Amino acid sequence: MRTVTVVGASLSGLYAARELRAQGFDGRLVVVGDEPHRPYDRPPLSKDYLTGAPDEDPPDLTDDEEFSALDAEWILGVRAAGLDPPGRTVLLADGREVRTDGVVVATGASARGLPMPGGRLAGVHTLRTLDDARALRAELTSGPRRVVVGGGFIGSETASSCARLGHGVTVVEAAPLPLVAQLGPEMAAVCAGLHRRGGVELITGTGVAGLRGTGAGAVDGVELADGRLLPAEVVVVGIGAAPNTGWLAGSTLALRDGVLCDDGCVTALPEVVAVGDVARVGGTRAEHWTSATEQPRTAIRNLLAGHTAERLRPLPYFWSDQYGARIQFAGHRLPGDTVRVAEGTLTDGAPDATGFLALYEREGRTAAVLSIDRPRPFTRVRRELACAAGAVGAESTVRADAS
Amino acid sequence: MIPVCRLDDLPAGESVRVDTAPPIAVFNADGELYAIDDTCTHQDASLSEGWLEGCLVECPLHAASFDLRAGRPTCLPARRAVRTHRVTVEDGVIHVHMAAEEGSAA
Repeated sequence: MRTVTVVGASLSGLYAARELRAQGFDGRLVVVGDEPHRPYDRPPLSKDYLTGAPDEDPPDLTDDEEFSALDAEWILGVRAAGLDPPGRTVLLADGREVRTDGVVVATGASARGLPMPGGRLAGVHTLRTLDDARALRAELTSGPRRVVVGGGFIGSETASSCARLGHGVTVVEAAPLPLVAQLGPEMAAVCAGLHRRGGVELITGTGVAGLRGTGAGAVDGVELADGRLLPAEVVVVGIGAAPNTGWLAGSTLALRDGVLCDDGCVTALPEVVAVGDVARVGGTRAEHWTSATEQPRTAIRNLLAGHTAERLRPLPYFWSDQYGARIQFAGHRLPGDTVRVAEGTLTDGAPDATGFLALYEREGRTAAVLSIDRPRPFTRVRRELACAAGAVGAESTVRADAS
Repeated sequence: MIPVCRLDDLPAGESVRVDTAPPIAVFNADGELYAIDDTCTHQDASLSEGWLEGCLVECPLHAASFDLRAGRPTCLPARRAVRTHRVTVEDGVIHVHMAAEEGSAA
């Protein structure tokens, strides 16, 4: 394999490039990214970056030293437009073509917008990219009222950041509780308590009917399905993300809410692997930071081997910082799991300052763990779960000082 | 020189966070005492809450790992070292000698 092209220059794309070099690939390495920026870390965008100084540097994932040591051709600010496997070519939106022997699909996902009138009014934001975060941050100085549509991770963290800046915030969540799909009703109720504790109004169980604009084309309110109208100068829409697979239409790769691949990240074509938010690995598409950093090691091993030599058995892990509380979750939760608070206490459904640790139990065994501000016991249970599951993927080939 | 706690109060495998500016984490790694900057160089997390194994501490947020002896990261996502600080025990009390603000990062 003489040329490998990594399509996507965010977290999983960078990790794929690192793994290629760490695993001995010394051929031509091309990295294509649709954003003009070098790889940066997205999690801070809804947290500290949003509340930080206007001239704050983006949360870079790499530095000059590593950038040159990777010895890659970076094509940034250009979208990939197509993949032609028989021709071994990646087509770029500016008309260029990259001839390549192997391809890593790492194109991530795009924030979903509100599919309704008013979705494109000025003052309506999504938050996924650095440019999104900069645009939102610049507007957070205007007017006092914010509405966040969607009580998931992005929505909750953004609401928390706005509250920290002193704004009045209302979160609208269509489900009965925020994060209920991810955490189950017991712990989702705790998250609802965090919103309340943070002084944010939480409206659940109702959807958004439309956005109301001023004559000048700026948003000034959110109309709910139940008829209520919430005035707002800034609306942040956090209703999930769609995998960026459009450029792969017609490539013969199987696409179904992501690029289908086996549990070694290998697609139907052995010279094409997929990682990160765009990849449906062994039937699951996980939009988790840790998945994006763990999958490339296995994917690159299999790409260089030419077949699925290694398989991932990940233990899902994610975290969220909201209202001064750090939520960490690991494991496989199923509806019906019994949730038991094993350390700390909840008062009126809300944790105190010392946090708590909760175990999701099934048939007498721990299946998942959630903690708020209890990182040590959380790590212990997470490691036990990973051990019990024979989880593979936590170790990277790349050493921090490899450059 | 900053007093931390009694040596008896920091048994092997334990760690403690010192509220200096910036905060420092002190570890008892199988009888050897080490002090490093407490905040992970990758993102905001307290290494004193990390997972201690031998001379390595793993960050509780993203599993970056640091060698307590030199402060160097041994795996991603951290790429920069944490500062190390000298530790002494006087009259049964652990003391940290803060490294100078500059020039001591490994």
